[in-house]
Amino acid sequence: MSNLRILVATKRVVDYAVKIRVNAAGSAVETANVKHSMNPFDEIGTEQAIQIKEALVKAKTGTAEVIVVSCGPAKSQETLRTALAMGADRAIHVESDEELQPLAVAKLLKAIVEKEKPDMVILGKQAIDDDSNQTGQMLAGLLNWPQATFASKVELGDKLMTVTREVDGGVETVKAPLPAILTTDLRLNVPRYASLPNIMKAKKKPLAKFTVADLGVDIKPRLQTLKIAEPPKRQGGKLVESVDDLVDKLKNEAKVL
Amino acid sequence: MFSAIRPRIASVVAKPAILNAVRPRFFSQAAVARSNIASLHTLTEDEALLKESVARFAQEQVLPKVQKMDETEKLDSDVLKGLFEQGLMGIETDAKYDGSESSFMSAILTIEELAKVDPSISVICDVQNTLVNTLFRKYASEDIKEKYLPRLATDTVGCFCLSEAGSGSDAFALQTRAVKDGDNYILNGTKMWITNSGEAEIFLVFANVAPEKGYKGITCFVVDKSMGVKVNKKESKLGIRASSTCTLNFDDIVVPATNILGEVGKGYKYAIEILNEGRIGIAAQMLGLAQGAFDATLPYLFQRKQFGSLIGSFQGMQHQYAQVAMEIEAARLLTYNAARLKEQGKPFVKEAAMAKLYASQVAEKTASRCIEWAGGIGFTRDYPIEKFYRDCKIGAIYEGTSNIQLQTIAKILEKQYSS
Repeated sequence: MSNLRILVATKRVVDYAVKIRVNAAGSAVETANVKHSMNPFDEIGTEQAIQIKEALVKAKTGTAEVIVVSCGPAKSQETLRTALAMGADRAIHVESDEELQPLAVAKLLKAIVEKEKPDMVILGKQAIDDDSNQTGQMLAGLLNWPQATFASKVELGDKLMTVTREVDGGVETVKAPLPAILTTDLRLNVPRYASLPNIMKAKKKPLAKFTVADLGVDIKPRLQTLKIAEPPKRQGGKLVESVDDLVDKLKNEAKVL
Repeated sequence: MFSAIRPRIASVVAKPAILNAVRPRFFSQAAVARSNIASLHTLTEDEALLKESVARFAQEQVLPKVQKMDETEKLDSDVLKGLFEQGLMGIETDAKYDGSESSFMSAILTIEELAKVDPSISVICDVQNTLVNTLFRKYASEDIKEKYLPRLATDTVGCFCLSEAGSGSDAFALQTRAVKDGDNYILNGTKMWITNSGEAEIFLVFANVAPEKGYKGITCFVVDKSMGVKVNKKESKLGIRASSTCTLNFDDIVVPATNILGEVGKGYKYAIEILNEGRIGIAAQMLGLAQGAFDATLPYLFQRKQFGSLIGSFQGMQHQYAQVAMEIEAARLLTYNAARLKEQGKPFVKEAAMAKLYASQVAEKTASRCIEWAGGIGFTRDYPIEKFYRDCKIGAIYEGTSNIQLQTIAKILEKQYSS
């Protein structure tokens, strides 16, 4: 019988469908009164954990406890409730109104890992607001655990995970002993909707709260954002008459040759 | 130049003498905060989560099939299965009967979100929840509840059989008869215009057990399809074509007396009361239809250019879509308020009638305008806009025609204002 404990990290971000704008001060993306939701890669992570649990129960070889965690302001609880409504068993909210950069999040997650002792930590490969692609890797470094990132397929064996990764050159398969870190990529699965009965069940599931001080972590930002600007407006294309004309334009106007 | 202006500015800015006579009063922030009354836009966390979920389900599972369902006049079985799987066919039903144990407002939000994508799917969900399930929940014996509510919540469609060829608005003129025969009743008659009847296995049939008593003989029977219900002519309709509307025949159907919903002779009362509530559901459907049409059309106004400008920037257009947006918002507030009044247990019949009447009018105007705004594209079956126009007309007709709504409102006002 294998009983797994899976910790899933989630982040509340600006919804992917929103047309983002830079704020008036030019210091960050405008987030006030903008629709937020769970980071899509974290939804995939939550779905994967629930699928692992369902597979174990169906095969009668054990079960899994899916714990979902989020670090952020009070509103992060909405994200946690969505995950509970998808089928997670309990939630942990690390509350902080400060800016949390990937290294800070990794340290906070390490503290949670030391409390909960999971067999796997699943994270999204990156958050769609900062696109850092660092937290999972940093957490693996801090814990000295193996990591498999950009997962498009996961198979669990006896205290072992076999992961197919999507990399620049193609597809790579790695094996890692548990406990290990997994970060999800787009094609890993299609997340389920929160059905109404599950939304109602989620209300009764436990949600624990911690502060940064409770966990004794230094979250001071290491990186400072100097400037944020919208990309330059698209210029119209130009028609060229001949190959010579094209080469001339590439050399002298676009300056790429 | 500035020195000439400055003295004049100084005199304008100087406090007018009158203000000295009046003691300054400030609105107490505390008083406002104490009132605790939220806007009608406010939803509970569960309601917001559900709305989000249904919207996604509608976009991903229903939207790709809408055109085909409309053309073939057939409900896609996967869509129906999806509605059951998401728990949307037993929204207010208790968990002990396998329901989702949610609020009336949750049902209203579900109906609205589904209607934004396909008003046919919305009405299927509306009839199941606000008419069929609610009748069982309110009036059925424990045995009947245990027998039927779980089926209705998990996999069986139900329908509400009141109208006949000769009785629509004049519902109590129904001719279907139920004759007592020992422990059973024998049902004979024909019902017409019955929504969901093509897919239904459970029929709530209103029949008269004692025509000599007039409407006081009308009784509601729970009829299983296996008792011999014949589903005949499926109507070929202008709109909501994926929703089945059929004629039903009952030829000497034997129904056990234990299958009477509530009490004998109280059917007329149940019908009126349930339609008062169901009205809010139709208001939500029409509201969703209007919003769906609007959302499908407005982006186009900011893509298409004529005479060098976006058509959405012409003042004539601006005035039109501002007007329509305002009317949709008004319909929304009427609908949400009627729903909240009902949830609070306060009188809501007048407000429900107003919501249904107004929302159906707004749906028609919105859909009509949307076709005009989208021009040739609005008129083409390849695009989703024209379907909303065809679908909207039923709003003025079913669950109480617009004239009946006006009568309902007028009667309440008469009671209120006459001595």
